[in-house]
Amino acid sequence: MLQEESDLSLIIAQIVQKLKGSNLYSQLERQAWASLQRPEIKLESLKEDIKEFFKISGWEKKLQNAVYGELSVFPLPSHPAAPPEHLKEPLVYMRKAQGSWEKRILKSLNSMCTELSIPLARKRPVGEQKELLNKWNEMGTDEPDLSLFRPVYAPKDFLEVLINLRNPNYENGDSLSFRTHLGLIQIPLKVKDIPELKECFVELGLNTGQLGIDDSTQVPPELFENEHVRIGQKVLAEQDSAAAQQYIRQGSPTALRAELWALILNISSEPEDVLYYEQLKTNVIQHDLLVDSLIYKDVKLTASNDDYYFVFEDYLYQVLLCFSRDTSVLSHFAYNSASPPKSYIRGKLGLEEYAVFYPPNGVIPFHGFSMYVAPLCFLYHEPSKLYQIFREMYVRFFFRLHSISSHPSGIVSLCLLFETLLQTYLPQLFYHLREIGAQPLRISFKWMVRAFSGYLATDQLLLLWDRILGYNSLEILAVLAAAVFAFRAVNLMEVTSLAAAEVMRNNRRIIIWCGIPVYTLLKLE
Amino acid sequence: MFLSALREHARIYFVNPHKNVPREGQKSEYHAFQPSTSSPQGYGRQDLTFENQNYKGHGLSKGKEREGEWDFYWCDLSWLRENSDHTYMDEHVRISHFRNHYELTRKNYMVKNLKRFRKQLEREAGKLEAAKCDFFPKTFELPSEYHLFVEEFRKNPGITWIMKPVARSQGKGIFLFRRLKDIMDWRKDTRNSDDQKDDITVENYVAQRYIENPYLIGGRKFDLRVYVLVMSYIPLRAWLYRDGFARFSNTRFTLNSIDDQYVHLTNVAVQKTSPDYHPKKGSKWMLQRFRQYLASKHGPQAVETLFRDMDNIFIKSLQSVQKVIISDKHCFELYGYDILIDQDLKPWLLEVNASPSLTASSQEDYELKTCLLEDTLHVVDMEARLTGREKRVGGFDLMWNDGPVSREDGPPDLSGMGNFVTNTHLGCVNDRKKQLRQLFCSLQVQKKASS
Repeated sequence: MLQEESDLSLIIAQIVQKLKGSNLYSQLERQAWASLQRPEIKLESLKEDIKEFFKISGWEKKLQNAVYGELSVFPLPSHPAAPPEHLKEPLVYMRKAQGSWEKRILKSLNSMCTELSIPLARKRPVGEQKELLNKWNEMGTDEPDLSLFRPVYAPKDFLEVLINLRNPNYENGDSLSFRTHLGLIQIPLKVKDIPELKECFVELGLNTGQLGIDDSTQVPPELFENEHVRIGQKVLAEQDSAAAQQYIRQGSPTALRAELWALILNISSEPEDVLYYEQLKTNVIQHDLLVDSLIYKDVKLTASNDDYYFVFEDYLYQVLLCFSRDTSVLSHFAYNSASPPKSYIRGKLGLEEYAVFYPPNGVIPFHGFSMYVAPLCFLYHEPSKLYQIFREMYVRFFFRLHSISSHPSGIVSLCLLFETLLQTYLPQLFYHLREIGAQPLRISFKWMVRAFSGYLATDQLLLLWDRILGYNSLEILAVLAAAVFAFRAVNLMEVTSLAAAEVMRNNRRIIIWCGIPVYTLLKLE
Repeated sequence: MFLSALREHARIYFVNPHKNVPREGQKSEYHAFQPSTSSPQGYGRQDLTFENQNYKGHGLSKGKEREGEWDFYWCDLSWLRENSDHTYMDEHVRISHFRNHYELTRKNYMVKNLKRFRKQLEREAGKLEAAKCDFFPKTFELPSEYHLFVEEFRKNPGITWIMKPVARSQGKGIFLFRRLKDIMDWRKDTRNSDDQKDDITVENYVAQRYIENPYLIGGRKFDLRVYVLVMSYIPLRAWLYRDGFARFSNTRFTLNSIDDQYVHLTNVAVQKTSPDYHPKKGSKWMLQRFRQYLASKHGPQAVETLFRDMDNIFIKSLQSVQKVIISDKHCFELYGYDILIDQDLKPWLLEVNASPSLTASSQEDYELKTCLLEDTLHVVDMEARLTGREKRVGGFDLMWNDGPVSREDGPPDLSGMGNFVTNTHLGCVNDRKKQLRQLFCSLQVQKKASS
């Protein structure tokens, strides 16, 4: 009991510390001072009266939302004496693996830099700055020569690293037993099994209404859809983050989605936020980074060639170029197992005073990175709001998809969860695919790394991302991947090569996605 | 399916609209229409209709067409011009164009018919009803209405106008201007060039008010291509296909560069020659995506209104030529409507095409067009399987049947009260395979029951 209490007070202290530096704090202070003018505030009961005032004017709600937001991201309570690395990643071997992977990436980046004799960063001449400013809204029309640039890494390179991960303390033994894991990931992490998943994702059960299934044309809207929309509007009126998060587990109506996501992520477009974005834009104009070319190349290769997202090409540049210069992103490395790469001013290698993070936000984009942003363009049309939403989505969820960690929403756990589900409930299929050299993870890895962006139709994808926000976890990605295999199990049993299995998967006809995990979860029991 | 049923006794005559009619003795490529299972992978120009089929003993593979030797003709417009007057057709024969379709599809004729219809509507039903015809930007035929045009031009200084040749397609010959001086120069130029390709010796143009505030997505201008199938004009029976697409311009919209025709012209044919064009992209969005995008941005109500306004465009435009088109029970026609949306979510009619392009620019496009053609054949119903009371066949919804068609079953609510919802589902889910299965199953059952 005492332990819990002290844990709680520790958390409270930490959250208070964090919020003190935020905009909300100064706003609340200002509001409190202004409220002193009001007649109902009396000196004798100052504290209660001000609290009451906050409640009525909606400021308490805002504070609640902010605290809730912090809690969602907050790492699990740890011992007060734990060193900061433990917050990032408690397991040593994982930390080491992540460290060496980062070294590899940086090496690759540096060698590309030397090969092409391009500096990592340079200041743009004034003429070039003017030109870029004029072209800011149509950077997609540029056709720079990017043939010499290669993406720093692709998801399949990352998969190879994960496959070779080993826990040095774990002795598997050479003999195969029924406990042997037949998949690619050989790490003993705890993942949920079906009963636990059913408990966790209880709102996706067959008895609960879902958008995406229960709002189809055959079902009369009175049954579920109308009521659901009404509740959604109520939630928005109340401006309650926690309620929105609960609500969205059943899917969000198209018209309300943009606002609901902003509420859950606790994003409000204040003038300061717009100014911040403009500042980032100025940074882009003034300096050119090598990473920019990587971003350009990625957008041209992936989003521009996509049937759905080619339209939003310009927005992608506007978001991603600013993103790489945003140093506020560095704060998420406190709970990310990754660390931002360091670079040194020329000639001062090794001297800590001359170390800078490169790129400024510490995130090196890989092949397909721009697909994290593309679906958001459907919802947000103002660059600064779009930017804020993406940034928040990244520091809450997406970073976990490309860093090595033991977190239950980390990519390693997702892979393991996927393989375990498949091996436990579809052993015949798993074995067959393994025999023909088509390990299921090799096919589904790229889906999960991109959170299915580009592999699902946009309306289905947004319904999926609704659930990611609603459950504050990425486990649904692994469940969906397993469910897709389960759904196509019959066809896959006839496949005789990896290529054929791939072809089947490349067909973007995963139409009613919602039905699949629900149906599968229950069928597999 | 149509072809298998008719194999015994049908004579099918398809011509790839891009090829010429073959001469005597020339081996020509008549292909059966079936979505090709061996279609080339990857995207690029694909001749949709076509996969070789072997029709035994019907002599289809050689020789030129002879009168009365075909049952179904997806014909070329040039053939139509030359032959339709003197070709005899049996009762069951179908041909894919109306003889004087140009009343609707030639820009100058269409404008005339629409203006006339609007006047008539104003006389009969008042100004409000007539205002529903205001979906066509102010247009003047040149050279005949030159003076009227100049008057209008002077009334609105500084606006942009677009000049379009009356009879050409795919964006050819179109340009924008703001000053009268520009067209003076152009008139001098065209008099010097040798343009003898068309039958008409003096090429007619229309000058149309350019819509300066188009709705933009991702900073780009786009227009919508919608398919309307007309089975007869008297009475007017028209079907609307659920799928269609939005064609995007590759470059970003700005009024500063009038000379950059790539910005303003959204036809894929023109975009294809733009230096920015990447064939793999296709630059198209299916209408479902477009509808979803608008719904998430403006809410479902606004989208409903927009699509209702588009229904109004289709119907009014067809009604305006109803009495002029030569009625012929053999004829049907699949039109491609080009619609532009402006920033106030008002739809404008750009033009109507009698031979909408059937070449595919991407895999998705290929599927849309094959399904479109398949469903067209289902509605044309050469095998006489339908009862004639269907409101939906595959991806086609019956939009007008000598009167509005309601989504609800039962007698139509003629009181004009608000509950009437038209039976159109543009941009909605197209579960055509399922619907076709159910339809033909139930038709078979009915047939058995009545025999």
